[in-house]
Amino acid sequence: MLKRRVIPCLDVKAGRVVKGVAFLNHRDAGDPVELAAAYDAGGADELVFYDITASSDERDIMIDVVERTAAQVFIPLTVGGGLRTVEDMYRMLRAGADKVSINTAAVLNPQLIEDGARRFGSQCIVLSIDARRVNAPDEPPRWQVFTHTGHNPRPTGLDAVEWARRGVDLGAGEIVINSMDADGVGSGYDLDLLRAIADAVGVPVIASGGVGSPEHMYAGLVEGCADAVLAASIFHFGAYTIQDVKRYLAERGVPVRM
Amino acid sequence: MSIAVIDYGAGNLRSVVRALQRIGAPLEVTSNPNAVIAAPAVVLPGVGATRDTMQSLEQLDLVAAIHEVIARGTPFLGICVGMQVLCDQSEEFGPHPCLGIVGGAVRRLPSHLKVPQIGWNQVCYMPHAARHPLFAGIDDGSDFYFVHSYYCDLTDEHDIAATTTYGLAFPSVLIRRNLAAVQFHPEKSGHYGLQLLTNFIRWAGVA
Repeated sequence: MLKRRVIPCLDVKAGRVVKGVAFLNHRDAGDPVELAAAYDAGGADELVFYDITASSDERDIMIDVVERTAAQVFIPLTVGGGLRTVEDMYRMLRAGADKVSINTAAVLNPQLIEDGARRFGSQCIVLSIDARRVNAPDEPPRWQVFTHTGHNPRPTGLDAVEWARRGVDLGAGEIVINSMDADGVGSGYDLDLLRAIADAVGVPVIASGGVGSPEHMYAGLVEGCADAVLAASIFHFGAYTIQDVKRYLAERGVPVRM
Repeated sequence: MSIAVIDYGAGNLRSVVRALQRIGAPLEVTSNPNAVIAAPAVVLPGVGATRDTMQSLEQLDLVAAIHEVIARGTPFLGICVGMQVLCDQSEEFGPHPCLGIVGGAVRRLPSHLKVPQIGWNQVCYMPHAARHPLFAGIDDGSDFYFVHSYYCDLTDEHDIAATTTYGLAFPSVLIRRNLAAVQFHPEKSGHYGLQLLTNFIRWAGVA
């Protein structure tokens, strides 16, 4: 049986791991290569490095981090953050990433999804979507896609479900859906949003943003119909280990790799 | 003597090389048919489509070399598309012939499921193959990492060493004498993936 995946996400800045609360107030949580190896040993199903800097010097540092990680860690590695061109994608994949994740750049230039998928295959292209609820309380739920969520979120006018569908049509092989309302708050995923996306697309959906406990992950996988859960601070500061989460899920009948 | 890792532009070549380096395997990355023929063991990596892979192998004059090494008994490991191209034919992007080394067709996974299959799934041994050296130290039913939309529908049950279930039970490991092939990615399957690669180089006598 195909397992549901538990994926730690490491925000990396200038070669070090940081994690923000609601994307801000970065705290240093260590060396990404060491953390990656520790997570691999601890049972992580994949790893995501999110490069939260985009200057060219720091991009070169990131490539070095990816190369050193890929020499030591033999589970899938996704790199996202600041990738704007097919050439940017190529450099990360050549350095040892298995997939690249794109977000703002894909909104600005949807052709990037298609070009990346054609060159590297859909399995390499992850479309990451930041979305916020925009319906009035008495309306059915609706979510809008935002870009530049780190500092100064900009509304795009795109409906999140429509954008996910279009991204898959263009060649995205997986969708990461991040609820901006929930991110960093630790109150759980936006389950309505997850379910709406999972119903709309035929590729794996990865839930991100807002996890404070294994119960939230269970809800995201079972009620939200996600294929995988992505989380950062819950693991980095030792509140729960990956095995804690997997045991919790397994005891409740969710198939996980132990 | 070094294992020949065939370079025809496969996207996972470097990952396979890194994993083999990690387990200490002597290797040479090559697209030279003579180097492939001379090698004590051969690895054919793969990600992507069978048609592109076949075209690349043909352009590089590697088709005859692959037939020759498998026929003469050189230990051979195909990975993902490197397994699929061993079949007679593939239906990916329209029917086309493949290497025809094992009987079978490359077919799309059932459409009621999410395709590609992405993630960790169990590899369950066939009784006749459970004690094969390729599986040493790896429990029956262990999880390996899969990324694929197509699978090998093999004709001869004796070629099937293990199966995995995703909508249907498909062959996830093929073993025939010196020939082994896996649908999953051992280079991305953590500890058990490295164990399987270690088992291969020991079985091949190049460890």
